Amino acid sequence: MKTFEYRTAAGLAAGLEPGAVFLAGGTNLVDLMKLGVATPDVLVDVNRLPLHEVSGLPDGGIRIGSAVRNSDLAADHRVRTAYPVLSQALLAGASGQLRNMATTGGNLLQRTRCRYFMDATMPCNKHRPGSGCPARDGDHRNLAILGGSPACVATHPSDMAVALAAVDAVVQVDGPAGQRSIPVTGLYRLPEDTPERDTVLEHGELITAVDLPALPVAARSTYRKARDRASYAFAAGSVAAALRVADGLVADVRLAFGAVAPKPWRAYVAEEALRGQPATEERFRAAADAELAAARPLRDNAYKIALIRNLTAAVLTALAEDVR
Amino acid sequence: MTSMLTRAVGAPLPRLEGPAKVSGAARYAAEYPQDRMAYGWIVQSPVARGRLDAVLTDPAEEDVLVVLWHGNAPHLEQTDDPELAVFQSDRIGYRGQPVALVVATSLEAARRAAQVIHLDIAAEEHDVELRADHPDRYTPESVVPDVPAVSGTGDAETALASAAVTVDVTYVTPPLHNNPMEPHATIARWDGQDLILYDSNQHPSGIAETLGTVFGLPAERVHVVTEHVGGGFGSKGSARPNAVLAALGSWVTGRPVQMALPRQAMFSMVGHRAPTVQHIRIGASQDGVLTAIDHQTHTQSSRLFEFVESASVVTRDVYPVPHLRTGHQVVRLDMPTPRWMRAPGEAPGMIALECAMDELAERLGADPLDLRLRNAPRHERVLRAGAERFGWSGRDPRPRRRRSGEWWTGTGMALATYPATAMPSTARVRALADDEYEVAIAATDLGTGARTILAQIAADELDVPVGRIHIRIGDSTLPRASVAGGSSGSASWGWAVTGACRELRSRGGREAVFDTTELVREQKEGQHACGAHFAEVRVSAVTGEIRVSRLFGMYDAGRILNPRTARAQFLGGMIMGMGMALHEESVLDPAQGTWVNHDLAEYHIPTHADVEWIDAAWLDEPETGLNPMGSKGIGEIGIVGSPAAILNAVHHATGVRIRDLPARLDKLL
Repeated sequence: MKTFEYRTAAGLAAGLEPGAVFLAGGTNLVDLMKLGVATPDVLVDVNRLPLHEVSGLPDGGIRIGSAVRNSDLAADHRVRTAYPVLSQALLAGASGQLRNMATTGGNLLQRTRCRYFMDATMPCNKHRPGSGCPARDGDHRNLAILGGSPACVATHPSDMAVALAAVDAVVQVDGPAGQRSIPVTGLYRLPEDTPERDTVLEHGELITAVDLPALPVAARSTYRKARDRASYAFAAGSVAAALRVADGLVADVRLAFGAVAPKPWRAYVAEEALRGQPATEERFRAAADAELAAARPLRDNAYKIALIRNLTAAVLTALAEDVR
Repeated sequence: MTSMLTRAVGAPLPRLEGPAKVSGAARYAAEYPQDRMAYGWIVQSPVARGRLDAVLTDPAEEDVLVVLWHGNAPHLEQTDDPELAVFQSDRIGYRGQPVALVVATSLEAARRAAQVIHLDIAAEEHDVELRADHPDRYTPESVVPDVPAVSGTGDAETALASAAVTVDVTYVTPPLHNNPMEPHATIARWDGQDLILYDSNQHPSGIAETLGTVFGLPAERVHVVTEHVGGGFGSKGSARPNAVLAALGSWVTGRPVQMALPRQAMFSMVGHRAPTVQHIRIGASQDGVLTAIDHQTHTQSSRLFEFVESASVVTRDVYPVPHLRTGHQVVRLDMPTPRWMRAPGEAPGMIALECAMDELAERLGADPLDLRLRNAPRHERVLRAGAERFGWSGRDPRPRRRRSGEWWTGTGMALATYPATAMPSTARVRALADDEYEVAIAATDLGTGARTILAQIAADELDVPVGRIHIRIGDSTLPRASVAGGSSGSASWGWAVTGACRELRSRGGREAVFDTTELVREQKEGQHACGAHFAEVRVSAVTGEIRVSRLFGMYDAGRILNPRTARAQFLGGMIMGMGMALHEESVLDPAQGTWVNHDLAEYHIPTHADVEWIDAAWLDEPETGLNPMGSKGIGEIGIVGSPAAILNAVHHATGVRIRDLPARLDKLL
């Protein structure tokens, strides 16, 4: 592990010198430092900044401080009642110990668990630009079918981010150039030729909060995750969904897929295909297929297409039946 | 003189060291403070085959005491394990092989220096893929544990050709890594010409002898302390490179050196269960009597060492069949050396045999239990008792018939068998004051309860309460004991302890020593513990996810010495079997020449949530003529057959036969 300097953050918009990174829960960053994959010169600890509150917004939404722990957020009464998809997604992730440490901002910014990225002795365009991507011909059973590029087929590992993408969450950012708001769906970059950059954040920008807009449909929402064992495993595929049915027709729907792309995949095509249509399993299935038509699976990950299709149909059908 | 009144053996005593373990007082190998301790970190080869020409270090790295590699390492004597000849050659045998050792005054400094070291390597093309038709495959002389690679009775080929019903299938098992909770670790210290090792292993006596050979010392000059061990599953059965590396580092720096392997290194340099491709054919008459079996295993070993996973051997013991052929072929690849992993041979072999038997039952339209009863009559009692407890009767044999909501459900079963043996050991008993006794033997307790059981045995033999017995184990300076492996520990050590206690009582005096070598030589051959596993699973029609809703094991393992620790062993084996069926797989990247998942986040073993309902029961009848306790081993039988029971249940639930392990959701969508 490379020697590094440690200090606590002086303030919100203090920025960062080159080679410095923010430290929150540390559940991913510290692992990567031990593995030699992340080699920062300076850790700037943001845990003492006033970012630990969940509060109400004037429009009826809620603001989640970026240092709110995953376990606290999952247990928050407002989240559990107004956005159950988020609470369920959080509880489907990691382990109790990790959720007690991991923060809202850190969860969004965690790196892929692609096995080549996690091993400093391997080629990987994300940790060593230009070194190549062995995953395309090697191990990619849990890598991207959507949004990948020849340079990188990493998947974003977060469950929480999938739920946030579904409910139109907005990330509040503070940095040397001032404050800005970014929708979670716009936070992540697709890899294209520069997979080393996961997000659109500039160096020194800090996520201070995540805002959930008032969204009545989110009260009927759910997260379902399929994985290779019953607990403590990243998703093989997951679906976050919210649905409102009126007179048997889809009045409103939000849908996002996890473990299929370098970012939480908001399924706009599927949503569009469903709006105003009969809320039937057949339609749900067809809508998933419309979204997945863009999928470009590799040798060992085509199963994700069937998995996401089935999950989408099952989750939406259950939500529709719940309403009746 | 033996007391006829059994008071301790058979009682569910909690482990004697339990309070020390839960309070943190129990010390593991890396937890012995030393003055001026230095820390080792290994540098592993980033290529699978090649030649290491130079190692360049950054002179600015502070706190580094030495970097050892083949260019500057002291000469080591050869042993029968080439993995222990660290830094003796410029050849690279596999990716992950230790090629250099950094010793520094802090763990962090050692790790960092190892990460930035420059290796000048001439890489060569590697060959890392096991194929049944690999041109370099050959039939070895013998397979683990040292039995002939091939066997034959009758004429299997002709019998199969004329059989009324046949099954001809190939089962593939992946490479598996033992991954005990405590990774391999050693602290080495030289005291003049004496070597002191705090080492996590399954065999202190053996480690002392091996390290003595490596450093040209008589075994008694090597003192191995192994008080507590956080599991081994076979991977700590013999000296591993960590012990040699620590001793080397200490010799060169003159300081005590701690060498604790990181989890990632557990996937290369300490052994694994080799992958297998098993072609199995079974012939039977129309009424379900087996006429012939042919079981051929293809597996791999490293360039350094021939170690052959003996998957076909178990088929020689389960079903008496007039025409039987078994064999093994191995190919040497640029991959790490396989080693013992819980029930080597039996665990993968019984998957092929017992899944193929299930396929045969399906083809015959027979009940899988009836097929076993007909062909393995000596297992009748354990089969019937297990079926009764599990609730097997009335089972509809047709697959893909039962569904509850989105879940298909099904049941499956399989036989289990594991050899019952003992190995030579010596124990010493000393009478202390106040009717107390010290029992000493260089055994190890991997967390299984060995220490407790030996106290129970001694208490009964000496006719005193368990509290009067002081057990000393885990130290190579104590009387020589056999390895904690092959489900033989309790039988071997308990036999020696029984002998020493009886000797003390019959001859009187303050001390008695008993060596079982001669007795063990005359032990009854070919004895087995046996059992039957039953599983109930549900499989999601939406996701393909498999959940094991019930897993039950019924065993005949002779006398059960301690039902509490025995139950934990049985259940642990069954859960490891569940991992073998559903979760565990080291994933090979042929281009990179290595397994790419090498931590416990990516190499899956079952979590608590995967174990919904599990239970074990046993017949509990002493076996005469084996050892004085009447026990058979229990450490391995739980993993033998339990994976097949689960896979057979998956087929019963879904109609899908998964012959390429592990069975995961993508194979069921």
